[in-house]
Amino acid sequence: MKHIVLPLNPEIIQTLHAGEEVLLTGWIYTGRDAAHQRLFEALQSGEDLPIDLKGQIIYYAGPAPTPPGHVIGSIGPTTSGRMDPYTPALLAVGLKGMIGKGKRSQTVIDAIKKQGAVYFAALGGAAALQAKTVKQVEVIAYADLATEAIRRLYVEDMPVIVATDTYGVSIYHE
Amino acid sequence: MRELSVEKITAVIAALCIEANTDLGCDVENAMQQALLREELPLARSVLQRLLENAEIARNEKLAICQDTGMAVIFVDLGQDLHLTGGDFVTAVNEGVRIGYREGFLRKSVAHPISRKNTGDNTPAVIHLRLVPGEQISLTVAPKGFGSENMGALYMLTPAAGLAGVKQAVIDTVKKAGSNACPPLVVGVGIGGTMEQVTLLAKRALLREVGVFHAEPEMAHLEQELLCEINQLGIGPQGFGGKTTALHVAVEWSPTHIAGLPVAVNLNCHVARHRTRIL
Repeated sequence: MKHIVLPLNPEIIQTLHAGEEVLLTGWIYTGRDAAHQRLFEALQSGEDLPIDLKGQIIYYAGPAPTPPGHVIGSIGPTTSGRMDPYTPALLAVGLKGMIGKGKRSQTVIDAIKKQGAVYFAALGGAAALQAKTVKQVEVIAYADLATEAIRRLYVEDMPVIVATDTYGVSIYHE
Repeated sequence: MRELSVEKITAVIAALCIEANTDLGCDVENAMQQALLREELPLARSVLQRLLENAEIARNEKLAICQDTGMAVIFVDLGQDLHLTGGDFVTAVNEGVRIGYREGFLRKSVAHPISRKNTGDNTPAVIHLRLVPGEQISLTVAPKGFGSENMGALYMLTPAAGLAGVKQAVIDTVKKAGSNACPPLVVGVGIGGTMEQVTLLAKRALLREVGVFHAEPEMAHLEQELLCEINQLGIGPQGFGGKTTALHVAVEWSPTHIAGLPVAVNLNCHVARHRTRIL
């Protein structure tokens, strides 16, 4: 299985093909519906984003509360399709990777190709296993959104599958 | 007439919320292990292996199997000779959910439908109460995540649609869901009744033990046919392709109006959470 040390770069992204299982190590951001809405509105109104998205990965995830003795509570992907309306704009400002689950719209797939990005699927319902891969976590922005806040996670060997590669090939045939 | 303090109900509800979310049902685990024996595609096998690994981690460390610990859907069969004392029933149930979701480090995923303001404690519970003979109370907590719930459907078919129409409704629902409901699925089907009754039948169907078919041969046959046809769709674990799109199909039915054929399909993801205790 391929081990990828983040951050992503064009060389890494171009070697990834739909259906490949890879293990990610490095820093990723979390953000889902509410955070995307705020980021999108900030871009629309010309405000600065709270994080620099260039070269980064966003994981569409809202974790469960953290039990004592754990770095983070159970965490897994939410359905990516709901983030589709916001994604092309984020890719245009340098976002390079997304982790979620389920197919993306053709508009998003076209944007992935155009911007040289990649979309990974994490396993839905394997949230305890994924919590164990998180070694550090901090809330970076939108703390008032609680589970939907933007967090920065350091993951080690987080298992994901290349769901849509930078060539526009997708593992989902729906 | 027997008496039961609602305090005991609160305690059981709290415990069931945590158990249902951290301890994968053995019927589901067995079904996934059987599926692993049948799957040939490497990715499908890898997914099932990781899901089983996740179940073990969750069970051992009391971590939620999935971060979407769902809305607390609670089925209650209350014996008509049982007298509940010490407070009001609904308040006691909601307190149980509040405690369970707090002490189990479960996610609070309930919000006002328009403002989206989180209620903060995963209440209110959704309570389905039946009055039955006897002196016992049966409590089933079936947390429902919305990856799967969002993919459910209601069809008010006409009688002319017939069994073929019923089957098509189920297949269409599963096809449309694709990977969103986190296959492999447990599929609950309601047939008959009225609009609100049929959706409840479909939800109750999800409480059936995986691998157990309907007591009536015709319904069991329908369940098996649907399971087979669904698995022929090839959607597979997490929608990456494979033989296991559904672990089980359960149908519940009730007589309906001569002018109608209501059908409801409620999908459960592969976690298929429900836990019961009888007091």
